[in-house]
Amino acid sequence: MRRIVSIIILIIIAVGFIFAFSKIPFGKDKINVANYYIKKGIKQTGAVNIVTSVVLNYRGFDTLGEVTVLFIAAVGLGAVLFVERKIQKNMDDKEDKTKRASLILRTGSRLLFPLILLFGAYIFVHGHLTPGGGFQGGAIIASGFLLMYLAFPKQRINKKTSGLAESLSGLIFVGIGLLGLVFSGYFLTNFLPKGIPNTLFSAGIIPIIYIAIGFKVGFELTGIIDDLLERSR
Amino acid sequence: MSGIYNWMYYIASGGLILIGLYIVLVKTNLIKIVIGLNFIDTGINILLICIGYVRGRTAPIFSRPGISPANVVDPVPQALVLTAIVIGVAVLALALSIVIKVYQHNKTLNVTKIKGLKW
Amino acid sequence: MIFQLILIFIMIILAVAASLFKDLINAVVACAAVSLITSILFYFLQAPDVAMAEAAIGAGLTTAVFIIAIRKTERYEK
Repeated sequence: MRRIVSIIILIIIAVGFIFAFSKIPFGKDKINVANYYIKKGIKQTGAVNIVTSVVLNYRGFDTLGEVTVLFIAAVGLGAVLFVERKIQKNMDDKEDKTKRASLILRTGSRLLFPLILLFGAYIFVHGHLTPGGGFQGGAIIASGFLLMYLAFPKQRINKKTSGLAESLSGLIFVGIGLLGLVFSGYFLTNFLPKGIPNTLFSAGIIPIIYIAIGFKVGFELTGIIDDLLERSR
Repeated sequence: MSGIYNWMYYIASGGLILIGLYIVLVKTNLIKIVIGLNFIDTGINILLICIGYVRGRTAPIFSRPGISPANVVDPVPQALVLTAIVIGVAVLALALSIVIKVYQHNKTLNVTKIKGLKW
Repeated sequence: MIFQLILIFIMIILAVAASLFKDLINAVVACAAVSLITSILFYFLQAPDVAMAEAAIGAGLTTAVFIIAIRKTERYEK
């Protein structure tokens, strides 16, 4: 009964999709507001990658909100999965002996872990020149930590240090925005010199904020995985 | 035959959204429902990116001097989807943590057997 | 063009298969394959930034989060 009703509902939604999509021509020029960003973006922000300049300069306040949503989701996960420490240690002692990763995984992840961290750092330092940036680099760093968690199940990251780095990078983001307010009157203004486009030291505050976002996203996602592994049960 | 090429990305996004909605409406397993929500998320991301696509143009990165400003695709949906993906995984982890707590309380993942939800 | 059409066809089949599997691990792996194909489609739609984010997050971290949650609960859908 429920299956039939839901299939009827889905058919109605599909007909609505067909009507809506037939009004949107695929592959035609529909660019309105972005023409301004494309034409003046390099001169105004100094970043060659227009997506980066939209994320951090024209809509930087929006990105601050997104980072806040990420932080609140991580805090909510920690609050939902909160357990007492004593119960958990008893559980750990019982199932310790069976969990041990194979030799290939342990050696390979020990070899690959610094390279993954280096690649993530490269991605978020070069965010204004090549595809990539803080969000992608942070995700790559978090997947490197995930590899270490798979290879060495007993070892954990230091929660105090990672929390400190995370909050410091969030504070750097807000602090740079407040400095823009001090120097030129608007929150998150690009007040540093723009430099020559297509070089590493260009685009003013954009690389600094992207490095901060990279650290924040990386430690945030690592903390989510750590909470899921440790706190539940 | 060129009609299918104009429609294929719309078919991909609409198909993913419909499959996700079907899983959410019909299945009773909680983790299956979260998988359906993940499909809806992916379908909407494909839809937004393919609205910003312009045929025959290149990515909005002026890394070579030959690329002119009249020859790039729309960067605004890409910036939107970029942050939406990262938010998506955090919210997904939050949903799965709630699923784990529900399992610890009720010892089942079947929605129809959880009596505490009914009122 | 025909390559992208084949990719979309495989993606829809994988999504349907993910809804039919009784073993949740299989469903999650099909879900990761859908994310990987999505990241290739983003690359063809001239969005390399988004393709990179989807490949790192959708295919890597999402799968890990799902598998940790399945290990804490139960594996088979009844």
